[in-house]
Amino acid sequence: MKQTALTDLRLLARRPLYSGRAWAALGAGAAALALLPLLNLAFPPGHALHVSAYAVALLGKFMCYAMAALALDLVWGYAGILSLGHGLFFALGGYAHGMYLMRAIGRDGVYQSDLPDFMVFLDWKAYPWYWSFTEHFWYAMLLVVLVPGLLAFVFGYFAFRSRIKGVYFSIITQALTFAAMLLFFRNDTGFGGNNGFTDFKRILGFDITAPGTRAALYWITLAALAGALVLARAVTQSKLGRVLTAVRDSESRLRFIGYDPLGFKLFVWTLSAVLCGVAGALYVPQVGIINPSEMSTETSIEMVIWVATGGRGTLVGPIIGAGAVNGLKTWFTSVLPEFWLYALGLIFVLVTLFLPAGIVGLARRLAARFQETKA
Amino acid sequence: MRIAAIAHFLRRFLLGWLLAMPLLSAPAPAAGIDPALLAPLAGDDTDAKLRAIAALGLLPDPGGAAVLQALGNDQLYATADGRVLIGDGARATDPATGAAVDLPADAGAIGINNRLRRAIEAALAGLRLYSADARERLAAARRLQQAGDPARLPMLEKALAAEKHDEVRAALEIAVANLELKSADPAVRRHAVELLGRTGNPAFRPTLAAIARQSDGPQAEPDAAVREAATHALRQIDRHLATIAWAGNLFYGISLGSVLLLAALGLAITFGLMGVINMAHGELLMIGAYVTYVAQALFRAWLPGWMDWYVLAALPLAFIVTALVGMALERTVIRWLYGRPLETLLATWGISLMLMQGVRTLFGAQNVEVGNPGWMSGGITVLDGLVLTYNRLAIIGFALFVVFLVWALLNHTRLGLFVRAITQNRRMADCVGVPTGRVDMLAFGLGSGIAGLAGVALSQLGNVGPDLGRAYIVDSFMVVVLGGVGQLAGTVIAALGLGGVNKFLEPYAGAVMAKITILALIVLFVQKRPQGLFAPRGRSVE
Repeated sequence: MKQTALTDLRLLARRPLYSGRAWAALGAGAAALALLPLLNLAFPPGHALHVSAYAVALLGKFMCYAMAALALDLVWGYAGILSLGHGLFFALGGYAHGMYLMRAIGRDGVYQSDLPDFMVFLDWKAYPWYWSFTEHFWYAMLLVVLVPGLLAFVFGYFAFRSRIKGVYFSIITQALTFAAMLLFFRNDTGFGGNNGFTDFKRILGFDITAPGTRAALYWITLAALAGALVLARAVTQSKLGRVLTAVRDSESRLRFIGYDPLGFKLFVWTLSAVLCGVAGALYVPQVGIINPSEMSTETSIEMVIWVATGGRGTLVGPIIGAGAVNGLKTWFTSVLPEFWLYALGLIFVLVTLFLPAGIVGLARRLAARFQETKA
Repeated sequence: MRIAAIAHFLRRFLLGWLLAMPLLSAPAPAAGIDPALLAPLAGDDTDAKLRAIAALGLLPDPGGAAVLQALGNDQLYATADGRVLIGDGARATDPATGAAVDLPADAGAIGINNRLRRAIEAALAGLRLYSADARERLAAARRLQQAGDPARLPMLEKALAAEKHDEVRAALEIAVANLELKSADPAVRRHAVELLGRTGNPAFRPTLAAIARQSDGPQAEPDAAVREAATHALRQIDRHLATIAWAGNLFYGISLGSVLLLAALGLAITFGLMGVINMAHGELLMIGAYVTYVAQALFRAWLPGWMDWYVLAALPLAFIVTALVGMALERTVIRWLYGRPLETLLATWGISLMLMQGVRTLFGAQNVEVGNPGWMSGGITVLDGLVLTYNRLAIIGFALFVVFLVWALLNHTRLGLFVRAITQNRRMADCVGVPTGRVDMLAFGLGSGIAGLAGVALSQLGNVGPDLGRAYIVDSFMVVVLGGVGQLAGTVIAALGLGGVNKFLEPYAGAVMAKITILALIVLFVQKRPQGLFAPRGRSVE
């Protein structure tokens, strides 16, 4: 059965990752984004070409969000698994990196202790066992990948094995995230309770607030985002990606054909969680804080709307969506804070009703119509 | 052994009773006090006087107290013909008849000595034990706790037997037991220990623990049997405490369960019908609570005399308002998204954001104050220490009522028949002529209306603010997921089960860890039974 499906030549034909024009567009976009911190460093404030540090930090943050949205699109857009718990993986990556950053503060905290301030406050004498080795940057980076990945793997294995899908799966991921939020809100959990981690001083010896460090973090984020995009594209263009699309469109039929979807779903689900964790790890040093509110129900659902706004199942769409929705949020909360929730609610409703393929889908439709009229 | 001890005690008890109160059996006259009781007071025999004082102290008639008080204040007079009068200047009252008379010139004040005075005080304290005022009884019992005279034991026992007020009872028990513990007779001490154990009152724990532990020292307890009895009594008290805690957990579990049930019932209907989780459900709860707030404000302004009943008026109002909101949602947004449950989830979330912000704009971001009506405040005390508050009892009853209503509606009306048909097989129902569009709208309205009713109930338990719905949203999803689709019983059992398990875990794990444990358990449970407790039987592959 499997053999005959694979011998179909159209399915076997390798497709290029992107067309030449798409590569060019992506390269141009990345180059434009990479230029911004340079403009911030090179020109003094007041100069016409100066980009404020605020704008650079904001874009850095948006790129982390975009990476999380990209990760979510992998599972939702291609495998049809709607996760309402990606905030959890994002926060776990953030916390893992945050542990290193907290230890890098050293004795510069308020209490001038070897322990982080919140532990001194709780009258703890030593680090709990799960903080061991986190003073090593590379170990923390390992945790960034391992913790969300392992959690996603174990959770996904049991959930997919029991064939939990659709709304049920969404609700269960939401419950998991909610439980984790409650856990992290506790002071006894050892992650700073509701204040989380903040007041970071340095990363790998560099001052974390220095413009140079910030620019470097920005470039690393940009590179990670670009890398994640290419990786996701490679996955979805592969045969594995086609099986995933089949899972999304008709899982039962795929099973009848003889495939076991478990491994495919588990792979993409774990990959997505790891990408999301990396996004969280990049987010923390740039924003300077990580707390349990990142695991709230609202945060995870907002991630989904980034994907939906940009265009589900398009990979580039979620990046655009994350930027658009968060840009709008920044504008509203500074100009019309009262109306932001109305606007966000309206985006949710309008996008689901009228833009099922998101901004990218709309652009494609318009482009197609333009081609038609030209022809 | 124990029977012998009790028999011994009873013998001793009766003997003391007969010795101390020889006149007990004399029936008191309906009006006033038997002159035969008063006569010895005018005489010279001190022992007879003492007996009379003790007897007066046992009278159910407040006249006895008046006589004793007068005697203590040197205002009791004896006339030449042997009558006893309570004097007040030139006037006097005859305690035997209650009539006011002139104080005869030949009447002389009855003198008392210290021995008599002590007897009077004791008798008065005893009499106050029969006072109609519970506070006075309590004060008397507390005073008698300190007094160490074993002769008062029978009087205390009698008061204890008649006492109905819990607090006074407890005080009397302590007084009795304290007296008995001082007894020289190990059997009496043992009885006291057993009595303390039977009360189950944790206040006696320290005393009993001291007795059980010590064989020498200040509170030396030489008798091994008494020590053993004390250990047993301690166990008895602990068992009693455990029972109270258990009953309390059960009550609060059922209470929480009924709240969850109310919150999830409407969700279960819409979810069962359309396979869609309505993320705005929590906000419908919130709107119901705000309707209660508005109803309260209206009653305060226009019908202040009927304030106690505003909650009842809020019920239909909340049902109508939220049902209309729900139907409007269904017609404008949700019906365009059938067959795309995940998109519906997102759209309803967007609606929930707008509803929440809308309420903030209208009523402000702060919590509003919704009061309990008078008949809902307070509670019944059962098993000393456990208070069943009326508002929780009312909500448990209300939840049952709503479940019954929904059951009747689903199983005994045409609409219910249609709803069940669509839940089982939408396309087939459509084919045989069920107007699915209209049924969807009505059922969504029904689910939303029930959310409104739940909102009224929630307003009586906690804060009412724009975020009210968010607190219940995850929990009500859990109930629906656990209960499964299409069966009311699943929802009821899941809600009550979750509430119960939560409250029974809380003492061991703390509120937050209990909640986390429950969420983890649900995640595990769903692995085993992805369709919930009561899965609809069928052969369909989604």
